[in-house]
Amino acid sequence: MVSDRKNLRFKTENFRELGLLLFIILLSVLIQFRNPTFLTFSNIETLLINASILSILAVGMMMVLIVRGIDLSIGSTIAFSGMISAMTVASYPHIHPLISILQGTLVGSGVGFLIGLLVAKFKVLPIIATLGMMNVVRGFTFLVSKGRWISAYQMSIPFKEIATGRILGMNTLVVIAVVIYSAFYYFINHTRTGRQIYAVGSNPDAAEVSGIPKIRIIWMVYILMGALAGLAGVLWVSRFASAQGDTAVGYEMNVIAACVLGGISISGGSGKVSGLILGAVLFGILNNALPLINVSPFWQQGIQGVVILSAVLINVMVKRTNERQALRRRII
Amino acid sequence: MAQRELLIERQRSMKRFIMQWEWLLLLIFMMIHVVNSFLSPYYLNFNTFIRTPMTFLDKSFLVLPMTFVIILGNIDISVGSTVALSSVIMATAYNAGVAMPLAMLLCLVVATTCGLINGVLMVKFKELSAVIVTLSTMTIYRGVAYVILEDRAAGNFPNWFSFLGWGSIAGIPFMLIMFVICAVLFGILLHKTTFGRKIFGIGNNKNACIYSGIETNRVLLWVSILTGLMAGFTALFLTSRMGSTRPNVAQGYELEVIAMVVLGGVSTAGGKGKIIGPVLAIFIIGFLSYGLGLVNISAQVLLIIIGMLLIISTMILNIRFKRMKKPRVLQS
Repeated sequence: MVSDRKNLRFKTENFRELGLLLFIILLSVLIQFRNPTFLTFSNIETLLINASILSILAVGMMMVLIVRGIDLSIGSTIAFSGMISAMTVASYPHIHPLISILQGTLVGSGVGFLIGLLVAKFKVLPIIATLGMMNVVRGFTFLVSKGRWISAYQMSIPFKEIATGRILGMNTLVVIAVVIYSAFYYFINHTRTGRQIYAVGSNPDAAEVSGIPKIRIIWMVYILMGALAGLAGVLWVSRFASAQGDTAVGYEMNVIAACVLGGISISGGSGKVSGLILGAVLFGILNNALPLINVSPFWQQGIQGVVILSAVLINVMVKRTNERQALRRRII
Repeated sequence: MAQRELLIERQRSMKRFIMQWEWLLLLIFMMIHVVNSFLSPYYLNFNTFIRTPMTFLDKSFLVLPMTFVIILGNIDISVGSTVALSSVIMATAYNAGVAMPLAMLLCLVVATTCGLINGVLMVKFKELSAVIVTLSTMTIYRGVAYVILEDRAAGNFPNWFSFLGWGSIAGIPFMLIMFVICAVLFGILLHKTTFGRKIFGIGNNKNACIYSGIETNRVLLWVSILTGLMAGFTALFLTSRMGSTRPNVAQGYELEVIAMVVLGGVSTAGGKGKIIGPVLAIFIIGFLSYGLGLVNISAQVLLIIIGMLLIISTMILNIRFKRMKKPRVLQS
């Protein structure tokens, strides 16, 4: 009986990931028919490079969503940390790229620290706190840069090579994304703190009663989100070789959409890294493949929206059918 | 004994009256005017006072229904896209030969339909949070606007159309008159009708409302429709002020509007708020940006100020509600 129930849950949980995987394969095959260059090595690499920054951010956003939060400020954090590291590189060209990365990550965690303070300590609603911080951080980005851009010629070559260089034959961005995924997969699934994130997300009161430091966990999640956004900022600036005040405006919506596609519930408590990878890849495919099959770029946003909405709705309907079946089984 | 209790009750209600958030807003509003008139000797005259609101009133039409939405405990981030879509469709229809009054009607119909779609999705799929529903419709509406107009602008409206945004009746801007009428109507709807009481009820305790026979779905649907309709009005005024439209108009309106509502003392947890607060907040932010413009402070600083106002006001509100809750618990 127990094993039966376990088996059932196993099936329902994997169903959506399997469905997502099938959808990705089907989509790839269809696109491949329309444009044979889609499934070539170089295009897949481009796709992965483009998806890597998004997926790095998605890992952080997943944790935020699991603890029932939301972070709308990451677009601004990307711009801020990217701008600061680009300005440092512009004035001290001999800085090692690793220091730039570290600097960006630290700046990002600073922003995350503030948001965490507001959300965890002062109990400001996440959507309001991050909405406010989004404005504040974006404003500071403009102030720090005085409205100027940092362009490619002001950046040192090693800095630009963060995004174009290769490690073990793979693009550095992809390698960084893979490393982050592995680290966070271990962290979320196999450490005590990682499991406590889920506990806080699925039932905050119960978590607190059972001795989990709720405030500290939520705070930590926002710091991690900020750190990842800061890292992504450096990578972003290095990849596009320009730092502007309006870098990544509205990018938070893409990240949230990728998370939602990956099956992370926005009401907290559930979501898996494996689903997240699929969500990010699907989002990457949508961005990469639509131009390849001659879809006008103006259709892109609409199509993305429809895909997100249908993914969310299908998710709900699958869940409903499962629940109904489970109920029927219980009655019998 | 009873008399004493009555006295305490009266004192408490006096205290509650004085402790209102709206007084603080009024104070801030006055202070902005005092500071502004120190900054510029030309500031304090009737004409500025009456004319300046025209520069920021277009989005204020959205603040009114957004107050309803937030009191319900929901959030709607698709309003900016709704404005863009209805404005684009109106312009396209007019350029295709539809008479202008009909095109304006079409604009309102499209916007209302957008709101209706949001509402139906939220009612039919209760598992989904409002954030996620409006996030996806936001992408879709904006996407459709891009599909229709691509990167072109549409305009060439008849001359009389500019009256909406620029004209005035007896020296008072038409927009201001319309806004006052709308604000009064929304105020009556919220504070003097059963519909308004139902909104507060649902925001406070949805389940209790369902059990006491309030048709929560219908209220939710009507609020969504109202939001759509007001987005249509915003589209009319905005398009009239700009003289032409593009698919990227009204970007980020949702955030500004939400910021105004929250600054106006409407609790994001739902169930608390007054229409006067957000209305004051509109004028505070509007005159604040006008004053900062007078002393040549950049828009970026304004961004920071709005963000901080948003965060600080929620923090103060949180503390205040915590304090007010305590005696209530003792009473019961």
